[in-house]
Amino acid sequence: MQLATVIGDVVVTRKDDNLYGRTLLILQPIGADGQPVGRTLVAVDAVGAGVGETVFFVRGKEASFPFLPDEVPADAGVVGIVDHWDTES
Amino acid sequence: MTLARVVGTVVATQKHRKFEGAKLLLVQPVTLEDTPRGVVLLAVDAVGAGVNDKVLVVIEGRAAAEAVGRRGTPVDAAIIGIVDRVDLEELS
Repeated sequence: MQLATVIGDVVVTRKDDNLYGRTLLILQPIGADGQPVGRTLVAVDAVGAGVGETVFFVRGKEASFPFLPDEVPADAGVVGIVDHWDTES
Repeated sequence: MTLARVVGTVVATQKHRKFEGAKLLLVQPVTLEDTPRGVVLLAVDAVGAGVNDKVLVVIEGRAAAEAVGRRGTPVDAAIIGIVDRVDLEELS
């Protein structure tokens, strides 16, 4: 998984049946210092996250696990909202 | 699998139910020379690792879920060992 900031959402009207009712969020992955790292991506939300929150997300087909038995076609998913994190420098 | 250094801890109250009770650690993948490589990842701890430990991390969903003993968990990385030592031989 990786830390990320939710920076937006995506509205998609015409989509796969199993994406109906799902929230698609735009994520900016961040490093342990809170700074952006790498490219933004779209992830399906499994925890009710919103714009501005720090979250963690999973990559791969595991992103669809929270929605089983629905087969959600996702390759990234938000699975937790971060309260805080601590690093030792 | 990847060698990594545990660099931090994460607290998340609101998370997928399969993560209840799991310990989430920030790990920085490292090279054989122990220099940082790539971005910091979040991994579920399956072995009782702590900050500053050098660890072995599996970055694949099925293996990670098995390591934490929870099949069907939306997880893609887990700490599966604490590294005592890495021995390298010069091949000529």
